[in-house]
Amino acid sequence: MQTTTVEDAVSRIPDGASLMVGGFMGVGTPERLMDELVRQGKRNLTVIANDTAMPGVGIGKLVRANLLRKVITSHIGLNPETQKKMIAGELEVELVPQGTLIERIRCAGYGLGGVLTPTGVGTVVEEGKRKLEVNGREYLLETALHADFALVQAFVADYLGNLTYVLTARNFNPVIAMAATIVIADAEHIVPVGMISPDHVITPAVIVDYLVARA
Amino acid sequence: MDAQTVIAKRIALELRDGMLVNLGIGIPTQVANFVPPGIHVYFQSENGLIGTGPIPEEAMAQPRLTDAGGRPVTAIPGACAFDSAFSFGLIRGGHVDVTVLGGLQVDERGLLANWMIPGKMVPGMGGAMDLACGAKRVVVAMQHSAKGKPKIVRQCLLPLTSSRPIDLLVTELAVIAQVDGRLRLLETAPGVTVVQVLAATEAKLEVPATVPTMPIE
Repeated sequence: MQTTTVEDAVSRIPDGASLMVGGFMGVGTPERLMDELVRQGKRNLTVIANDTAMPGVGIGKLVRANLLRKVITSHIGLNPETQKKMIAGELEVELVPQGTLIERIRCAGYGLGGVLTPTGVGTVVEEGKRKLEVNGREYLLETALHADFALVQAFVADYLGNLTYVLTARNFNPVIAMAATIVIADAEHIVPVGMISPDHVITPAVIVDYLVARA
Repeated sequence: MDAQTVIAKRIALELRDGMLVNLGIGIPTQVANFVPPGIHVYFQSENGLIGTGPIPEEAMAQPRLTDAGGRPVTAIPGACAFDSAFSFGLIRGGHVDVTVLGGLQVDERGLLANWMIPGKMVPGMGGAMDLACGAKRVVVAMQHSAKGKPKIVRQCLLPLTSSRPIDLLVTELAVIAQVDGRLRLLETAPGVTVVQVLAATEAKLEVPATVPTMPIE
């Protein structure tokens, strides 16, 4: 794990990269990283995230600044800008049931090729997917989803990069931290090693590549 | 009593002590306002909380404690927080006793469509498909008709949420159960007749000899 600045962390992300971004309607999204992606004017990014938040909030900032080529997400209902760009053909949107999306990400992080889920059987979600019957019940084979970068928002990090989260700001964060080649974490507080009890570490420091220093 | 209050009050009577309950956005959210006295349930918010409490007092909102719509909530004593994989493990794994979902259409097999209107409204399914598939009991809260057009139809024309039928449908006019792939009228709302319910319903309904009135005040 290496400590760095927000400018340096984001400069490591090339145009065209795939990013997993933590957060649920903007709660638990690394806003400093979002702002810096916009400032550096990245292009053709693919974002994998629960939702695209609201206009101008969290991932909504990337949508507004036209940084994205594709979004893989479960919900765009609270961001009319995402819907408008999708309808205009400016942004590709792949909608995935929320439980399936997080489980596909978890599979990538846990070394699994995919997961069998009953969610989506008999709906438009099953189109183009393999269906398997196991013990008399039908399941869809949903494949693992990996990304180049995971952008994680923690509540507390220690100097080594061990992370904890808070309340509903946890959401996708610890799961995406396992599923990307490079993990960039921001934290609201950075504390000396030992202040987070081993039992309370949710994401171990060895998983984190870069911790963004507090300004 | 307005339509939404009738629906929310009636669904609240389905709650039992100790249940884990997930409420969708819209009318379902209002069910939390009418939990009967003496009944304690745990509300799950799929963004990662069991024990969601009422909206906080002004200036007491914690920005990292929200419901699935991103609005500030509180957490009751004994609440717990978790990540999204665990949250949907609760949902798909059958640990949620009741989910209350909104609806666009329910058809006479009990199938639900509630997540998109092609070409018009494509918000994404969020957690609805997982909830409709995995919760022990699926209750739908919706208005009986939309602009005079029936929402309880022969066959859903809108994309389905799940191939699993719902268990119970509550509207401002009636309580309708899905039994063996058919819809059965269980109750009518106060002041509503069976004839009125049938006139507002396109789907075939089984009507028992006696249909009691919803026990709400």
